[in-house]
Amino acid sequence: MKKVTEASQAVAEAVRLCRPGVIPVYPITPQTHIPERIADFVNNGEFDCELIYMESEHSAISAAIGSSAGGARTYTATASQGLALMHEILHIVSGMRLPVVMNVANRALSAPINIWNDHQDSISARDTGWIQLYVESSQEALDTTIMAFRIAEDKNVMLPIMVCLDGFTLSHVYEPIDIPDQKKVDNFLPKFTPLFKLDPKAPVTMGPVGFPDTFMDFKKQQQDAFDASLNIIKKTNSGFKKDFERSYGDGLVEGYMLDDADYVFVGMGTICGTARVVIDTMRKKGNKVGMLKLKCFRPFPEKEIIDSLSKAKAVAVFDRAVSFGHKGPVFSEIASAFCQAGKRPVLHSFIAGLGGRDVTLDHIEGAFSRIKKEKLPVSEWLM
Amino acid sequence: MVIKLNPGAVITTPGNSVENKTGGWRSLRPVWDKKKCTQCMICWTYCPDISIPQKDGKRLETDFDFCKGCGICKQVCPFHAIIMEKEKK
Ligand code: SF4
Ligand code: SF4
Repeated sequence: MKKVTEASQAVAEAVRLCRPGVIPVYPITPQTHIPERIADFVNNGEFDCELIYMESEHSAISAAIGSSAGGARTYTATASQGLALMHEILHIVSGMRLPVVMNVANRALSAPINIWNDHQDSISARDTGWIQLYVESSQEALDTTIMAFRIAEDKNVMLPIMVCLDGFTLSHVYEPIDIPDQKKVDNFLPKFTPLFKLDPKAPVTMGPVGFPDTFMDFKKQQQDAFDASLNIIKKTNSGFKKDFERSYGDGLVEGYMLDDADYVFVGMGTICGTARVVIDTMRKKGNKVGMLKLKCFRPFPEKEIIDSLSKAKAVAVFDRAVSFGHKGPVFSEIASAFCQAGKRPVLHSFIAGLGGRDVTLDHIEGAFSRIKKEKLPVSEWLM
Repeated sequence: MVIKLNPGAVITTPGNSVENKTGGWRSLRPVWDKKKCTQCMICWTYCPDISIPQKDGKRLETDFDFCKGCGICKQVCPFHAIIMEKEKK
């Protein structure tokens, strides 16, 4: 069914179609429209699920552990300070290998207090053991949320996933979307069968102590699951294409005008939409420019990035977050990936759009002209 | 003991904590004086671990595979039948 709607509502539609059994949630701007819409579905009798209003995000994610451990498909959503408040529990969800799916409506972290978009919240949760996928459009937000359940619950993965959509810039923007049929989604996403579940008839212990003789082995299992997830994400993306006639690059990265591009923009989220416009205009004037959209930040698709960028002369990496005292996190990781590669382009770092500051066509076009001229790597904040 | 490393550290054999000896942390050791003991069983009730075994309503020698040396048994014994000594290596 085609509909013009907000990305938040598109996400809520996706959640309804995936039929989670339990949704513990706490509201925070700019995520609120997601649980509000889900609450409408539940109250209208369109969606049968246990929607629990918690007293904080720390409680919401803790309840998610309980319900996922009990064998229910579990979903929640948050943003910014809410994600920060969840931080200690995020590690426990992934360590217990519970395939919880959560949307993050990306927003800046205080102080100063700011409700607008950047990626500092989810980037700061980089090492919590969650898969992180970033989306550019409402349709991609909807589709990726459906794919996320299938990836997370794959027996070779069993990891939680954050599907990150830009706060306001995407969460509150109306776009035409296609809402898939329930039947098709049921077919794409089988019922959740947990590896283990809390069941009084067959008791198990979850969340025990891990002494030094086993702790590291469990961490290695998590790392192996991340390695395995690279392929599962790709397969899920191509499976989605077969069933729904839509897909996003190879599921990990997506190129735009990349094949013959000498100068390449790299970014995550809605900024990629702006970059497409700049690239179209510059191409018409004969500039060989292109884009690599990073859809999957964790696991980090090192091989795909190297394969996509090694032919370029120079690359402009746009980060909407900063690792204070160092550089943009996406930039650093791409630079470290290229340490292993034979041929590498000149890599430039741009910090842009923090706390909702506009990233304009001029910013991106300016960056392209800069990297065309500069021989040495540029590291700049676009103010 | 071979530990099965289930994903997420799930333990599927309930009650297996007895296989995991945890008495090694002890720096103090409760020494029980059988002669002073009246078998009131207060120490058995208070021991936060499973380190005071009992048979037919009577306490037996401390199980040092699990005793942490916390000294609670010594504190609660009304008959001063337990003293704490430095654990020797
Ligand atoms: S010292 Fe503590 S652990 Fe040991 S027997 Fe006494 S009460 Fe139990
Ligand atoms: S509390 Fe003291 S007297 Fe009572 S059973 Fe224990 S050791 Fe014996």
